[in-house]
Amino acid sequence: MSLLPDNRGAVADAYDASLDDDVSGRSLTQDALRRFRRNRAAMGAVFMLVALVIAAAIGPSLLPFNYEDLDWSAFRQPPSLSTGHYFGTDQNGRDILARTLIGTRISLIVALVATAVSVVIGVCYGAVAGYLGGRIDAAMMRFVDIMYALPYILFVILLMVIFGRNIVLLFVGIGAVEWLTMARIVRGQTLSLREREFIEAARASGLKPTQIIVRHIIPNLIGPVVIFATLTVPEVVITESFLSYLGFGVQEPLTSLGTLIAEGTDVISVLPWMLWFPASFLVAMLLSLSFIGDGLRDAFDPKDY
Amino acid sequence: MFGYAVKRLLSTIPVLWIALTFCFFVLRLAPGGPFDLERPLPPVVRANLEAHYGLDRSLVEQYFSYMGNVLIGDLGPSFTNDDFTVAELLAIGLPYTFTIGGAAFLLAILIGVLTGTFSALHRNSGVDYTIAAVIMTGLIVPNFLVAPILQLIFGVQLAWLPVGGWGNGSIAFLILPVVVLALPHAARISRLMRGSMIETLGADFIRTAKAKGIGGTLTVRRHAIKPALLPVLSYLGPAAGYLLTGSLVVENIFGLPGIGTYFINAALNRDYGMVLGTVIFYMVLIIVLNLIVDVAYAWLDPRVRAR
Repeated sequence: MSLLPDNRGAVADAYDASLDDDVSGRSLTQDALRRFRRNRAAMGAVFMLVALVIAAAIGPSLLPFNYEDLDWSAFRQPPSLSTGHYFGTDQNGRDILARTLIGTRISLIVALVATAVSVVIGVCYGAVAGYLGGRIDAAMMRFVDIMYALPYILFVILLMVIFGRNIVLLFVGIGAVEWLTMARIVRGQTLSLREREFIEAARASGLKPTQIIVRHIIPNLIGPVVIFATLTVPEVVITESFLSYLGFGVQEPLTSLGTLIAEGTDVISVLPWMLWFPASFLVAMLLSLSFIGDGLRDAFDPKDY
Repeated sequence: MFGYAVKRLLSTIPVLWIALTFCFFVLRLAPGGPFDLERPLPPVVRANLEAHYGLDRSLVEQYFSYMGNVLIGDLGPSFTNDDFTVAELLAIGLPYTFTIGGAAFLLAILIGVLTGTFSALHRNSGVDYTIAAVIMTGLIVPNFLVAPILQLIFGVQLAWLPVGGWGNGSIAFLILPVVVLALPHAARISRLMRGSMIETLGADFIRTAKAKGIGGTLTVRRHAIKPALLPVLSYLGPAAGYLLTGSLVVENIFGLPGIGTYFINAALNRDYGMVLGTVIFYMVLIIVLNLIVDVAYAWLDPRVRAR
């Protein structure tokens, strides 16, 4: 699992270099990236995701319609090239393409921020538990085990209901739900890291535990953390759209893919395009994120090859 | 084994207590209350109502009296459904949630184990790839998207199945909600099963069984299934929690009056008693299910049993 801290590559490099100065070795990371690039599904997913991100980032400003403006001449229009509403309009004459792009943007932002929150909590918690070890570790991980068994989504729903549908709260709420697995992975890595010589050297030179964790442990966790974070993103997207679907997510007129899908579901038999377009964006996003996550994991953890 | 189970149960009490305390104070300290209606109540009526439900006492006093009641198993009255206690409402919602959840649980295990074993036995064949593709779809497409699509196909266009409602629990009404709820879990179990089956089939004792001349199917049935099921079993504990989350959506989409529906309405209406009651109920349920899974695990795995 560990990719950067492993020194096999470095040793091999040094050996290669001693044989012939012109031949440069490949690091484990380079090896992994090469494997990733050979994975066609993952590379296709990268392109799809990049396209989605670009569309969500700059698409809305290129369109003639705003996501919240009503087009009085076009209510409930099916998709058509001549009216300029390529994805059709909803019951209020709002352009579905603009709304889908904004929804994609919101879903992506929530996914990124909430994943970042879960990474920060998970890494700190896991690194501290793993580094301190012993009883503290046992108690901290027991807490994680117990937390696994709680119906978090209920707490998130409660928070959203009670403190209003605040987008910041959405970030924090989802992030606080998703950190547990990250904490487990980080703790496992830290347990093996702390027995290594360079940590011993740091301890011998008098660094405090906090300094060792921040300066020496966490930088060496980057590989597994990045991989697992990529796998967390689609889960966050699903959680966010799930909350929005139930009406606990972002508020009108702002929208997210989950909200759009909920609106589309209500009119599925009369205005089906209101469901199909946001739904295909969501599925495309989830597919590409999952393929990238799986691809990264396979590339950096070549157990199966 | 019994001592272990008791110890596990006792260790969850602090968690229950922390979660309840958290919910209690979050609910109370937040703006709004169960009697903040769109048309405000006359102050006298409101004061009477609040006195009736004990909301006029200090927060700490309310907290202790609530916790005391919970300890003796009394979840108190519902604040917005007059004449009903929380326990009564839970009892009304329970059959719906349990029927769908239980059926989905069994269906997921059945489909998952069968397809997983089949994929493992026919590794890298066309069927294996087809199953893998279906699983990927099941994992990725969220249930609130699968549900309306199935409703449209089977309910509206083919008109084979009703699109929603309970229909006195007849099978036709149950099929769509149960399938929607089971799908992602079937996919996950199938994946786990395939992986662990492949691993088990490579183990020494399977080679021994084959060397003794036991046929292929019999080897799988007699020797491989049980050890291969262990990872699946450890997924079933968390799966119970995910099923509850899923049932929020499924009950919402198919218009079923289960506990999930009660929870959402109670949260929206600030029905303090009902929200706390549902949270307690869900947590106890998940804890007990996890415990059952752990005990079953120990019972199935000779390595754990020996300890």
